[in-house]
Amino acid sequence: MKYELVIGLETHVELSTDSKLFCSCGGHSSPKEPNDCVCPACCGMPGMLPVTNKHAIELAVKAGFMLNCKINQYTTFDKKSYYYPDLPASYQTTQWFNPICVDGSVEIGERTIGIKQIHLEEDAGKLVHDDATNTSFVDYNRTSVPLIEIVSRPDFRSSDEVIAYLKKLKSSLQFAGISECEEGAMRCDVNISVRPEGSEEFGVRAEIKNMSSLSEIKDAIEFEKVRHVDALERHTEILQQETRRWDDVKRRTFPMRNKETAADYRYFPDPNLMPIVIDDEWLEAIRASMPATAEEQSLRYTEMGIPEKEAMVLASDRKLSDTFDAVVALGRAPKSVASWILTECMGNMKRLELDELKIDSAKLSRIIELVDTNEITRPAGKKVLSAVFESDVDVDKYCEENGLNVKVDEGFILTTVQRVVAENPDAVANYKSGKTKAMQALFGLIMRELKGTGDPVVIRDLLQKELDK
Amino acid sequence: MGYYINEIKSTGNIAVDDTILIKGTPATAGSKMLENFNPLFSADVVERLEKSGYEISGKTNVGEFGLDLMGETSYFGATEVDGKLAGAAATLVKNGDIKAALNVDLNGAPRRAAAVAGVDFIKPTYGTVSRYGVIAAACSGEQIGVTAKDAESVKEILSVIAGHDSKDGTSLPAEKYDYEDVAVSRMKVAIVKELYDLASDEVKANIDKYSESLKALGVTVESVSLDCVKEAQTAWQILMSAETTNNLSRFDGVKYGYRTADYKNIDELYVKSRTEAFCFLTKATIIYGSDVLAKGKYESCYDKSLRIRRVVATKVKEIFASYDAILAPACANAEYKAYDIIDSFEKVFEESVFTAVPSITGSPAMVTKGVQLIADTYKDNVLLSIAKSVEGLEA
Ligand SMILES: [Zn+2]
Repeated sequence: MKYELVIGLETHVELSTDSKLFCSCGGHSSPKEPNDCVCPACCGMPGMLPVTNKHAIELAVKAGFMLNCKINQYTTFDKKSYYYPDLPASYQTTQWFNPICVDGSVEIGERTIGIKQIHLEEDAGKLVHDDATNTSFVDYNRTSVPLIEIVSRPDFRSSDEVIAYLKKLKSSLQFAGISECEEGAMRCDVNISVRPEGSEEFGVRAEIKNMSSLSEIKDAIEFEKVRHVDALERHTEILQQETRRWDDVKRRTFPMRNKETAADYRYFPDPNLMPIVIDDEWLEAIRASMPATAEEQSLRYTEMGIPEKEAMVLASDRKLSDTFDAVVALGRAPKSVASWILTECMGNMKRLELDELKIDSAKLSRIIELVDTNEITRPAGKKVLSAVFESDVDVDKYCEENGLNVKVDEGFILTTVQRVVAENPDAVANYKSGKTKAMQALFGLIMRELKGTGDPVVIRDLLQKELDK
Repeated sequence: MGYYINEIKSTGNIAVDDTILIKGTPATAGSKMLENFNPLFSADVVERLEKSGYEISGKTNVGEFGLDLMGETSYFGATEVDGKLAGAAATLVKNGDIKAALNVDLNGAPRRAAAVAGVDFIKPTYGTVSRYGVIAAACSGEQIGVTAKDAESVKEILSVIAGHDSKDGTSLPAEKYDYEDVAVSRMKVAIVKELYDLASDEVKANIDKYSESLKALGVTVESVSLDCVKEAQTAWQILMSAETTNNLSRFDGVKYGYRTADYKNIDELYVKSRTEAFCFLTKATIIYGSDVLAKGKYESCYDKSLRIRRVVATKVKEIFASYDAILAPACANAEYKAYDIIDSFEKVFEESVFTAVPSITGSPAMVTKGVQLIADTYKDNVLLSIAKSVEGLEA
C-alpha cells in the first residue's frame, strides 16, 4: 500500500520590536549578560500590570497581511498557566480565544498551504543547568519578548514542502521587517501523521517539539515517516498520539515524558488587558506601511531597465534589494548597481560563505562611482570590493595605498608598454610568427608592471600598435 | 496582633493595607509567603498621596491576600477588639489614630470591617483608582478604596488617589474626578429585598433606621427585587477564585518570597514552599479556582460567570433607571467572633452575598453607619452626597 504524509506546523517567530510585549524592557536583541534586561513586570513580581506594546500588534497584523489572513479587528489576550522556573509569573500571556489573524494561505510552488491562525504571545526565559554543582540557573532576558505563533493547516505532504514553506516564511518575515529570524529565533512544532494515499481520515499524530534547524526538521520528518509506515505495515509498534523530541546525536525521535505533555493550561481571558480593537483607520495605516512585495519590487526594477531575470533575483532577497535601492539612491546607475551586486557582491558572498549580503551601501556606491568615472579600472574595483568584504577597508584610502588610481598618464603607460616589448624579444617573435597567445602573456606582464592601474582597453590598444610596428 | 505589620511614621496620617506596595518597605499581604518581600516600586496611589503632602503612617494588618472576612487569616495574627474580629485599618480610623486608610476590596473585607467599626468606606467605580502596585488577587473586580470617619474625609482622599494611570491597562481615561455634591432630597433609594431578608435582626433594624433618616431628608425609599443576588455571589466567587489562583501562582519559591528548607527537585520545591506558606483559606481558594478553570469545566463555570456578570450588570442598571441608589446590608451581622479557620471558605462565601454585586459589576459601593449604599458606575458622588447628608442629620 502507498502512504502519504500529513504534516501541520506551528512556527514561533520572535518579533523585531524595540521593547518586550508588556513592559518597556528592550526587545530580543538587547541583552548581553543574563538578567540584564528585566524589570519587576517581566520577572513576575506582584503589583505590576501589563501594558501592551502597540508595535507588536502592528507586526502581527503585518504578518497576517503577508500570509493573506483575515485580521480579527477585535482580539484578546488570555492567560495560560503552568509551573516552570523559566516562566516567572507561572502563566504565559497568549491568545487562545480570539487570535489576531485567521484563515490565511501561503503558496509554495504549485501547492497552497492553509494558515489556520497567527497569534501573539510572550516568550519564556531560559534555564541553564550546571551539572558540576547540580544547580539550575534562570535567565529572564527573553521572558516576555513578543512572539507570533503561525499555525498552519495539516496541508504538507512531504518534508521538502515543509522546508520550502519555512524558507519562504523566513524571507517574507525578514522582507517585511516583522522578524530578523536570526538563528534560533524561529522555532517549530511539527505535527505529523501518515495515512493510506487517497484516504480522507487522519492517522495517529505525533508532535515533534521545539525544532529550529531546517536539516533536523527534514531528518525528523523522514524518520517519523519510516516509523509510522513501519508501524502500519509491519506492526512494529502501536502508534499513539504523543509528543516527541528529536535527538540529533542518535538521529531519531524519542517520546517525551508524559508528565511534560499532559498539562491542563487553564486558559482564561486576562482581566488586566482590555480587548484590542483595531479600527479601520489603524488597519489601513498598517497596510500602508507594508513594504512592496517581491513581485512589485521586481516590476519596479524592470521599469528601471534591469533585465527581468536579474530584477527577480534582486527582489527576492531583502538584503539585496535594500542594498540595491540604497546605492541607486546615492546616484549610481541602476544597471551598473545590479551587475555589481549580482556578480561581484554575490561572488564574494560565495567565496566567503556568507548567507546574506552585508555591505555598507556608501562604500559600494563609491567603488561603482570610481569605476564608472574611470578613476579606477574594473579589476581594481573588484580588488577594493574584496577588501571591503574581507576587512571593511576605506575605499579611497585603499585605492591610494595600493596605487589603484588610473590617474597614471598615457605617456607612462606607453613607456611601460615599450619597455616590456623591448625586454621580451622572444615573445614578440612568437607573436609575429602567428602565436597570438604571446600577446596575452605580454599584456599580463604590462598589467603587473602597472599594478593593475591602467585602463585595460587603452593598454591593449597601445600594445597592439607597438607589436604591429 | 497590633494594627500595623510595618509601622513607618508615627506622625503619619494615612495608613495603607499591606497588600499595597511602598518602595523599600516590606509588603507581606498578610502572608508567610511574602514575609521578607521588599518591593522595588510604590503603588500609584501611594505616589499620589505623597505628592499631595500626606504622610503614610504604616502598613496595616490584612487577611492573607485580602481574601477573608476582615483580616482574621493574617499570618501575623488577627486584629481583635474586645474578643471580636476587627479590621486593623477601620479600628485605627475609629480610634482617631489616623485620618484615613487605603484598603483593597477584593471580596468585601474592608466593607465589612467598616460596617462593624461604624466608620465610612468607599469602594469606588472600577477603573477610577489605579491598581498599579497592588499585590493582585482578583484583578477584574478588586479595587482600592478609602476608609475614613466621615464622607467628607473619604471624598478628600478619594479625590487625591483617583485619576487615569497609564501603567494600569484597565484605568479609565478621566484625568481627575471632582465628586461634585448633589442634592439628596427627592432622590429615590431602593432596598434590595433579597439581601435585606438575609440579614440578622440587628442589621435589619439598622437598615430601617437609615431608611428613616433618608426619608427625613426627603428621599423616597422603596423595596425592590433583585432576583440575581445568589447568582452574582456564585459567579463572583468563581471569577475571584480563578483569578486569585492564577495571580498567586507566581509565588512558587523560585524567585522571591518563602522557599522551603528541604527539597529534592523542582516539584518538591513548589509543593512544599506553597504548602508551608499559604493559609487554609488561600489553599481552599486555589483548589476551587483551579477546578473552575479545568479543561471541560471552563464553559460551565468561568465563561458562564462572565455571562452572569453581564446579566447582573443589566439588572442593576434597570434598578438605576428608576432609583439613584441601592440600600443593602454590608454583612449579615453587626459583629463577628473568632471562628474555626477550617470554616473560613464557607464563611466568606456566605457573607459575600452582600458584597458581590458591586464587586462583579464594578459599581461603586459605600459603607456608612453600618449600611451599604450602591450606585451606578461613575456615580460615586451620589453615594458621598447621601452619606454626608445622613451624617449631617446628627450634627
Ligand atoms: Zn520588563
